[in-house]
Amino acid sequence: MPLIDLANPTRYLQLSGRALPWLIAITAAACVAGLYLTANAPDDYQQGATVKIMFIHVPAAWLGMFGWAMMSAAALGTLVWRHPLADVAAKAAAPIGAAFTFLCLVTGSLWGRPMWGTYWVWDARLTSVLLLFLMYLGVIALWRTVEDPSRAARAAAILTLVGAINLPIIKWSVDWWNTLHQPASVIKMGGPAIYSTILIPLLVMAIAFTLLFMTLHVAAMRNEILRRRVRTLMLMQAQTAPGSGA
Amino acid sequence: MNLGPHAAFIVASYAIAAAVVAVLIGWIAFDNRAQRRNLARLEAHGVTRRSENSA
Repeated sequence: MPLIDLANPTRYLQLSGRALPWLIAITAAACVAGLYLTANAPDDYQQGATVKIMFIHVPAAWLGMFGWAMMSAAALGTLVWRHPLADVAAKAAAPIGAAFTFLCLVTGSLWGRPMWGTYWVWDARLTSVLLLFLMYLGVIALWRTVEDPSRAARAAAILTLVGAINLPIIKWSVDWWNTLHQPASVIKMGGPAIYSTILIPLLVMAIAFTLLFMTLHVAAMRNEILRRRVRTLMLMQAQTAPGSGA
Repeated sequence: MNLGPHAAFIVASYAIAAAVVAVLIGWIAFDNRAQRRNLARLEAHGVTRRSENSA
């Protein structure tokens, strides 16, 4: 079977319908393992037990950025190849990415208050992540404003690709500017700067969050395909209705 | 488990994370049910896709 056939919406519904129960089971197992390791992780020598906030804050931040990167790849699929599933994937990813970015901002605030003495500062890292969240809301609003999905997809794809400029700014903001936010301590040259008793729970939680994102995304894509079918059928019904002129 | 003097911040973080995930799951499940109900209603009225008619 050619690979392109797998990306057909009907085929996608069949394959994802079979894969979804397995994805849900694996995600649930990863979440349980992550939470178990998190509960048993030692306190940090400086931050005490507040380091436990990191186990949800950091994966949420990664997934917030991952969501936009995925939408950017899908935007290329929409603009360059006009792939039928590309804009479905982009539209389905936006609310999930927004939710993870929101979670990153809120948990960051709750971690910042006891550690920095403030919930919020307008430093480069925090401001660029807030901008990412606002861009997510903008894309979601755009999808809801334009009624025709193919027109909405093109406009959202352009906005997404422009917004992708923010991703390297978020990543390197702590290096380019003097920020209250700490520099990278996991993905950095020379390897992670975190001791393994804290690094392992963090990585397991990151895997669990990634699986959660993927499972929710697969399910949301299925909903979007069904929504488009409903729209098509409603248009057909309207055209064949008495007095429609069809 | 002793969460120390900042327990409220830690508990609030995990509670909000649980709430956000629950809202996401609930929204996707509700949306799925709504789309399936709409499709079933249209098909009950005899409105089907051309590919289904020719099959």
